[in-house]
Amino acid sequence: MKFKLNVWRQENAKSAGRFEKYDIDGITSGHSFLEMLDVLNEKLVMQGKDPIAFDHDCREGICGSCSLVVNGRAHGPQEAATTCQLHMRKFRDGEEINVEPWRAGAFPVIRDLAVDRSSLDRIIQAGGYVSVRTGAVAEANAIPISKDVADRAMDAAACIGCGACVAACPNASAMLFTAAKVRHLNLLPQGQPERDMRTIKMVEQMDAEGFGACSNHLECEAACPKQISADFIGELNRDLATAMLRARGASGNASAGG
Amino acid sequence: MSTQASSLTNTTIGKKMVMAVSGLVLFGFVIGHMLGNLQVFLGPDAINGYSHTLHATPVLIWGARSVLLVAIVAHATTAISLARLNRAARPVAYAVKKDIATDYAAKTMFWSGLTIALYIAYHLAHLTFGMTKGLGYQHLPFDANGLPDVYHNLVQSFRVPWCTALYVVAQGALSMHLYHGAWSLFQTLGVNHKRYNETLRSSAVAVAMAVCVGFLAVPLAVLFGVVK
Ligand code: HEM
Ligand code: FES
Repeated sequence: MKFKLNVWRQENAKSAGRFEKYDIDGITSGHSFLEMLDVLNEKLVMQGKDPIAFDHDCREGICGSCSLVVNGRAHGPQEAATTCQLHMRKFRDGEEINVEPWRAGAFPVIRDLAVDRSSLDRIIQAGGYVSVRTGAVAEANAIPISKDVADRAMDAAACIGCGACVAACPNASAMLFTAAKVRHLNLLPQGQPERDMRTIKMVEQMDAEGFGACSNHLECEAACPKQISADFIGELNRDLATAMLRARGASGNASAGG
Repeated sequence: MSTQASSLTNTTIGKKMVMAVSGLVLFGFVIGHMLGNLQVFLGPDAINGYSHTLHATPVLIWGARSVLLVAIVAHATTAISLARLNRAARPVAYAVKKDIATDYAAKTMFWSGLTIALYIAYHLAHLTFGMTKGLGYQHLPFDANGLPDVYHNLVQSFRVPWCTALYVVAQGALSMHLYHGAWSLFQTLGVNHKRYNETLRSSAVAVAMAVCVGFLAVPLAVLFGVVK
């Protein structure tokens, strides 16, 4: 298969980027999108040119490293899949393909298509954990959790933190990511002691990173490779409102946990 | 980190809740206003009498007016602050970006809102303050019985095609705004559950459309001579 690629190239966060055109041939329908870029990069290196920088790691849809807005869609045209799981058979032979990085102020470009997503890590650091005492592993059935709750928490926990929700959102909002991470723990009994503090701190960190607000476009849900539901966003809104009200009622409570 | 220093409305979520609550107040008003207008179909005495009742109870009308004023100011200022924030969140735009889930109404909330704001200004000048220059009729504050002559003023105005056209455009903007907003506000306030989401969304859209039809009925009925 042959393709005409239109790829975003950028030296670093400070420099201005531009699109660069590449023709590529000899790709099979079984090549993944990232393998196609590997082939192109080998050619570029042979020609003494800079290869295209892009993020990847597991290449099996579990690590959340890969990104790319392909033909205007985060992770490309395939539903419920990451870019590493996207195959070239999804494209027409000879098709022109536009490749851009995740675009958000909170995701500065490192180089070309690779962006810095540590803003998401800082949201997790603000409250995406449960404090437990170390020691012997607790007996698994000591804390009963209903199947319903376990399933919901598991759905939220499916988030791999790739940032496609931010990339797809017209407001570059990180609400789906934050909602999934907050609700995952807020649903479970282990998450209860730090529930309000977690909710407030993670939302405050999300805002501090410069992500946009949610306008309920639902583009995030449509782009999410793990199909995380935007219902979690409504639940996060509810959790934040109750957390703030309780923090007001019992003055000092919310900041005491840290 | 002091979480005490911050309040709900300092967060982006809190700002959205201000939009949702003020939007809900305005939505409620719009439904009441629409039902009030439909009394035109019952004849002059009904709607003029209704207007008289409102004006004869200053607590009612001034209470409602102050709540609405607070709601609209909160709604508009928060809209501007959110629009700025959202714009700043993506400094470099995509060259190619496809929409999968969103729609035109959702993407133009700011512009439909702005259209509504301009319309509200015209609407107040027109029917509340009786500035009817260019419509070719004399605004009458009172009818023969000493009631506010709402009926006369409506009928005289909406016989003028451009005036009716202007109201149609404004209602178009309002129904688009509510098409997204009437559902969105429930999601923002966290009043959602996967079992009811579909129903909630379709009922919100249905109510928004009913409001649009109800409002348009009056000027169109006058223009086409159904109400004289
Ligand atoms: C002053 C004129 C207005 C402006 C500038 C305006 C602007 C906006 C904007 C930009 C949003 C979307 C906010 C976001 O999603 O980020 C919005 C939401 C909304 N607006 Fe307005 N609007 C105006 C008037 C109205 C009126 C008159 C009504 C009611 C009839 C209304 C009802 C709503 C509702 C229900 C929402 C949904 C809130 C939510 O998403 O949670 N707006 N408005
Ligand atoms: S490279 Fe790990 S998810 Fe794509």
